[in-house]
Amino acid sequence: MLEIAKQAVDTATASGASYADARVIERESQNIQTKGMNVSGLNLGNSYGLGIRVLCNGGWGFAATQDLTREGIDKAARKAVEIARASARCMEKPIELAPEPAHKAVWKSPCKIDPFTVSIEDKLAVLFKTAETMLAVKGVTLAQTDMTFIKEHKLFVSSEGAEIDQTFIRSSCGLTANATDDHDRQKRSYPNSFGGQHENAGWEMVGRWDLPGNAQRIAEESVQLLKAPQCPHGVGTVIIGASQLGLQIHESCGHPSELDRALGQEINFAGASFLTPDLLGHLKYGSPIVNLVADATATGALGGFAYDDEGVEAQCVPLVKDGMFVGYLSSRDTANLIGIKRSGGAMRAESWHHQPIIRMTNISLRPGTAGSLADLIANTSDGIYFDTNKSWSIDDRRYNFQFSTEAGYKIKNGKIVGLLKNASYGGITTEFWNSCDAICSQDYVDWGVPNCGKGQPSQTMWTGHGAAPARFRNVQYGIAHS
Amino acid sequence: MASTRLERQQIVISESESKRLIDLALAHAGKRVDGVEVTVTGSNFATSRFANNNMTQNQAPERVSVSVRVISGKRQIRLSSDDISQSGIEHLVDNAIKAVALLPEDPTVLPLPALALTEPLARDVDFNRYDRETGEMSADQRSDSVNSMIEAAKKHNLSCAGTYGAGGDSIAIGNSNGMFHYHNESACECSVTAVAANSSGWAKVHNPKSIHVDARALAESAAKNAILSADPKDVPPGKYTVILPPSAVVDLLGFLWGDFSATSHIDKLSSLLGKVGQKVFGENINIKDDVFHPMQAGARFDGEGLPRTVVTLVDKGVVKNLVYGRKSAAKMNAKPTGHGVSEPSPEGEFPVNLVMEGGTASIDEMVKSTDRGILLSRVWYVRLVDPTTILLTGMTRDGTFLIENGKISYGIKNLRFNVSVIDMLNNVLTLGPSVRAAGEDSFPAVVPALKVANFNFSSTTKF
Repeated sequence: MLEIAKQAVDTATASGASYADARVIERESQNIQTKGMNVSGLNLGNSYGLGIRVLCNGGWGFAATQDLTREGIDKAARKAVEIARASARCMEKPIELAPEPAHKAVWKSPCKIDPFTVSIEDKLAVLFKTAETMLAVKGVTLAQTDMTFIKEHKLFVSSEGAEIDQTFIRSSCGLTANATDDHDRQKRSYPNSFGGQHENAGWEMVGRWDLPGNAQRIAEESVQLLKAPQCPHGVGTVIIGASQLGLQIHESCGHPSELDRALGQEINFAGASFLTPDLLGHLKYGSPIVNLVADATATGALGGFAYDDEGVEAQCVPLVKDGMFVGYLSSRDTANLIGIKRSGGAMRAESWHHQPIIRMTNISLRPGTAGSLADLIANTSDGIYFDTNKSWSIDDRRYNFQFSTEAGYKIKNGKIVGLLKNASYGGITTEFWNSCDAICSQDYVDWGVPNCGKGQPSQTMWTGHGAAPARFRNVQYGIAHS
Repeated sequence: MASTRLERQQIVISESESKRLIDLALAHAGKRVDGVEVTVTGSNFATSRFANNNMTQNQAPERVSVSVRVISGKRQIRLSSDDISQSGIEHLVDNAIKAVALLPEDPTVLPLPALALTEPLARDVDFNRYDRETGEMSADQRSDSVNSMIEAAKKHNLSCAGTYGAGGDSIAIGNSNGMFHYHNESACECSVTAVAANSSGWAKVHNPKSIHVDARALAESAAKNAILSADPKDVPPGKYTVILPPSAVVDLLGFLWGDFSATSHIDKLSSLLGKVGQKVFGENINIKDDVFHPMQAGARFDGEGLPRTVVTLVDKGVVKNLVYGRKSAAKMNAKPTGHGVSEPSPEGEFPVNLVMEGGTASIDEMVKSTDRGILLSRVWYVRLVDPTTILLTGMTRDGTFLIENGKISYGIKNLRFNVSVIDMLNNVLTLGPSVRAAGEDSFPAVVPALKVANFNFSSTTKF
């Protein structure tokens, strides 16, 4: 791998590139899905290729190939330089990179049991036991389970002398129970919706989340939702469960903190950001207990790594400190545009054949002092607890959001008194975070979001979101069905 | 001015080379399993991205992938790889044959389709969807188009952001029953946002031929909307008559298409469950799936190599048919329609060549006939809230206008909507001509602009 990357960089610089970096990536993946008591999907994949990014005359060029012969590598490198020259014809201001030391390192993400050493039979045994338990619940019309495992070996080399060898193992598992009657469709998922929980971890995470042990409870709740009353429409106190809050952070803090968005570079598709550079250090984003960080050093969370895809060392960057907006997710070229001395290390690409863009790392809400979820509910006289995302939408500057969750729970005098279906809440980002009056100190989880979409052509990315349940006042709820 | 000094791109993988790889895999598998299906895909689609009148990214990846499905009795598995060397393909086949034996039997697994079932329909149409100028466009030619958009925006003192992409994709499928199909097509996609001080405008086109993509005209259109929507005012949320351009219609109706999949009925997930044969939509709604339509794209065979057929989905508001893959057809005693996805898959099938019949009204005419309403330019972040009625939420963006007394009064701040697709298609007042339209939340389709009554806006935002 090292020879391939070095040859690509050498050819690019010999062809006129002022800077070049190469990523050689080998990826192995395994996805297993069950529907009912059958295997509905068993897809194994492997991928191996080279992506080379260059600067020439101040413009970017990127080419990628799986032809890793000497001829194929040279062809891709020269093509990247040609593309960069074409880019330079459309530049008012040449690209400049913020400085970064040329790191040399070898790193592996945390993993106790390599999931690729566990047999397919053992994996299916867990999934079928889970499915069987769900299907035993009367009223469940469809039971689905999912496991995905990815092993990725990535080598980064740059013309500045960086040589970084990283190996990632990512694992995920989840279940979904669906219940349908003549009038309604409801579902419940565990540990989270959209494939379950996702971590930089090995097979050990599957045991930790215990799908079979949670299958009956979740399945029963999917059926109960059919008969549950509709979430009412009103304004009041809400408690947002940890996984839902993770997605709230993703949409209303993570995306607007991306500096490329704030600078208008993503305005054609993903959108811009209300967090414009003039507000840095001046905007009261949230209440004083709100502290949000972009923490790539949390290596067990899905957005963790040691170095990003332009060789910048992982960092923990404060985004919101004591409620004030103080930082961005940045790259070497965008950091330079607003005078940040060093990139925050947020450049990543979906694969060897994608050009890196600014992506969330682990955007996490620091725990508060409110104890456990049970404590928070006990200290709430009237409200609704929202659990497990079902639907999410936010405007292109990241102000107006609306989320629906699979389940809502009515809280009265410190106790849950009933289930609510079609639960939804919405608001304006800064008003919402400024209404936060309690964050749990327990029940904190680094949730993984594996499907963050951004870029043109669209790329998906693994991001992480540490969160504990939190309480917000004067929030509009029930609006989706009102 | 286009330059030709750079090398053109080449077709990433030809029909003969695709067949060679497929035959290699089939020969290596021999008779060790009951059936082998091999798919080879290739892409060299290149994209130039720009913002603030500067190129921000410019990428031209090339990729060929091979995937192998093996069937052994009532077991099946799919393995895929980017390694298309002889040893890589042989390794892939060996691994698939080894892995399939580890699976439990699945009574729903079918043998590979018989050769007769996979013979393409004879259709008297020109099915060449590859345009060399588009598929082999150079980086310099893309830069020329980008510069033309930047110039157009600058002329109006606006900045400009967007993409200009072009290239080709191919797919070949073959199996151990002797079937082989190959399809390649070109595509050009251009989208542009013109940015003003407190407003913006957007336009997008996706077409198999770059000659039909006028980048400068798109930028002019985006600039016009940015200027027209300057200094947007608040309007209260509520129910309005709304005019939706085709790109918005694509993004909203994209959430309906999957409910015509027979598997979604078997799984009791579809909003149309039990409604085949019933009038579900307004009398003026007619939708079919037609891969042969002149404004459509894509291959004329499905994920198992079956020929795609034309299926009437909605006729005068009545749900007429579903689409079937082989597995769902067997379960529902129907004939496969050629809409199967690659097996194994939980989804089964999907209609991908949607054509909604249009009318004759232009958007200007729709505006003239509206006393009070809202004209949208684009919908954004559309998501399914409730599958029972296909209740969707999303936002407007890039130019939203209040219509009063048959005229556009002024630009308004963006609004959030919560709308059921089924309700929406019962409230269509007027249809424009059907065109090939591209949005962001769904794939391109042939749809008209629509004027819709009682479109529910639930809240506003700050810009």
